[in-house]
Amino acid sequence: MNRLSWFNAVSLTLGFAFLYIPMIILIIFSFNESKLVTVWAGFSTKWYGELVQNEAFLDAAWVTVRVAVFSSTLATILGTAAAYVLVRGGRFFGRTLFSGMIYAPLVMPEVITGLSLLLLFIGIGLDRGILTIVLAHTTFSMCFVSVVVSSRLVTFDQSLEEAALDLGCSPAQAFRLVTLPIIAPAVISGWLLAFTLSLDDLVIASFTSGPSATTLPIKIFSAVRLGVSPEINALSTLMIAVVTVGVITASLVTKRAMMRQKQDEMAAARTE
Amino acid sequence: MNSDVFAPWEDPQAKPLIQFQNVTKRFGDFTAIDNLSLDIFEKEFFALLGPSGCGKTTMMRMLAGFETPTEGHIMLGGQDIDPIPPNKRAVNMMFQSYALFPHLSIWENIAFGLRRDNMPKHDLEERVEEMLRLTRLTQFARRKPHQISGGQRQRVALARSLAKAPKLLLLDEPLGALDKKLRQDTQFELMDIQEKTGTTFVIVTHDQEEAMTVASRVAVMDQGQLMQVATPDRIYENPNSVYVADFIGDVNIIEGRATANGEDTYQIDWAEGQAPLTATSANGFAQGQACHLAIRPEKVTISADRPADAINAVQGKVHDIAYLGNLSTYYVELPNGTIIKAQTANTRRISRRSFTWEDPVWLSWTATAAVLLAD
Repeated sequence: MNRLSWFNAVSLTLGFAFLYIPMIILIIFSFNESKLVTVWAGFSTKWYGELVQNEAFLDAAWVTVRVAVFSSTLATILGTAAAYVLVRGGRFFGRTLFSGMIYAPLVMPEVITGLSLLLLFIGIGLDRGILTIVLAHTTFSMCFVSVVVSSRLVTFDQSLEEAALDLGCSPAQAFRLVTLPIIAPAVISGWLLAFTLSLDDLVIASFTSGPSATTLPIKIFSAVRLGVSPEINALSTLMIAVVTVGVITASLVTKRAMMRQKQDEMAAARTE
Repeated sequence: MNSDVFAPWEDPQAKPLIQFQNVTKRFGDFTAIDNLSLDIFEKEFFALLGPSGCGKTTMMRMLAGFETPTEGHIMLGGQDIDPIPPNKRAVNMMFQSYALFPHLSIWENIAFGLRRDNMPKHDLEERVEEMLRLTRLTQFARRKPHQISGGQRQRVALARSLAKAPKLLLLDEPLGALDKKLRQDTQFELMDIQEKTGTTFVIVTHDQEEAMTVASRVAVMDQGQLMQVATPDRIYENPNSVYVADFIGDVNIIEGRATANGEDTYQIDWAEGQAPLTATSANGFAQGQACHLAIRPEKVTISADRPADAINAVQGKVHDIAYLGNLSTYYVELPNGTIIKAQTANTRRISRRSFTWEDPVWLSWTATAAVLLAD
């Protein structure tokens, strides 16, 4: 093991301090006894207790999770279908235009997306609520899914699909039995991406949510405007915990799958 | 004709399994297949041979159903198969990349096609085991494709495409990814399996040696057309054009003008100050018609003195020697600058070689050794 040079050690410390000090402060103050956020008055978990009692926050959290699950699932289905057609559909009329257009929402300012969706929903007389947030999130996250999935499809050996057809699959069966299982990792990461995008979206959600449905980011944002409370700190800490656990679990699962594959390959090499 | 020899193409009564009827295939402005007609018979091992871009892969993809002819029809067992999609055809294909399903085990790869037919479980298991035995893969059945070697993958691809007992098996450059030694072993294995299963095989290859080894008949293709369709020995010994003679194996081509000299015998004037060459040909040539004389290097004898009874003999000096181990090819330069290749088997050790660079030598060949081809 090489020892770090002092220069590298300082760079590393500064870099990570920059990234994590704000979060660490937030976590520390979520355990503050005092109601004043900036004054430390001893350790306490009472804000967590109050949080669990706070109906408004719990409702918002539940709305957020439902919106994220529905919109990311819908976005994954639509985005995968779009990617499949654009990569596999051959040279149909307007393909280049469509390929370009699918990327446009990626760079579109969220304010514009949110505003135009708001106008649309008002125009067609749709009451704003969970449904409209789901639709809005699906709209902007499906292009992310489409980008992730199409980059996988480009490197996908088309003769695999032809082989499936050749062995008696209908095109739909070939997709279900061969293409989908092989591109599944890309589809899953597309879903996860859409899920996280939906979880932390504030701008588009605030345009498309109604009085009946508020997501957690909106709730936090409006609460903070009335002053930061230790309760918000506690809530944020919980969110950090959830994300951390999720990320660690995902990487452990991937690592184990890779280890198993390596073991299989070594076993194969031995018996040859 | 000996009736024991397998040669249905000689029998006017035989019904072909596959018929290309004036098939043309265009991709935009590009004509991949140009008004091509061809019969392939049951139990044949038929090779489509040609350089890349000659249309051989397009022929195969039309048979598999991935492409449809722009004009003309393809018949399989007397039935027009153009409107039938690939998944409904009694044709299976072994892909160049093997296209094994990476997420399925070897066993499941082979069972894949059978499952689509809803074969009863017991029959399916029996069929898969049979295929595993045929291709000597039984011990690898539970592995995934990435856990076996290239040669084994090739056999899985073969087993998978044979599992449904197709009327016709298509093989797209099946041995391209294997190294030379493994390729030779696999060629014989392929022939063996073809004979055992009695399936009609159509193989696409650009490797002429491979085509000659495995095939009952070879079709040499160029620019979407068939140049010659014949058995490997006829293709080699009696090419019908300079293109085929040049594409298959090594050949010396001498340009000249033919003059009749007795029945089926011609004199060829080919260079100023050189004695005319003599060659036989069943095809008629007009007086003074431009022609090409094709002579295989192994049919040219190299000697220090002029052989007394030689019909064709030319003198030159050794320009270069290609030593191939078992064979040596001598590049002999004639006084007018023409280079003629002569190949001999190295029956003696190299230190005892009779000729070396710059040695004056005589080259000779018989009247029947060369093939006379029209321009």
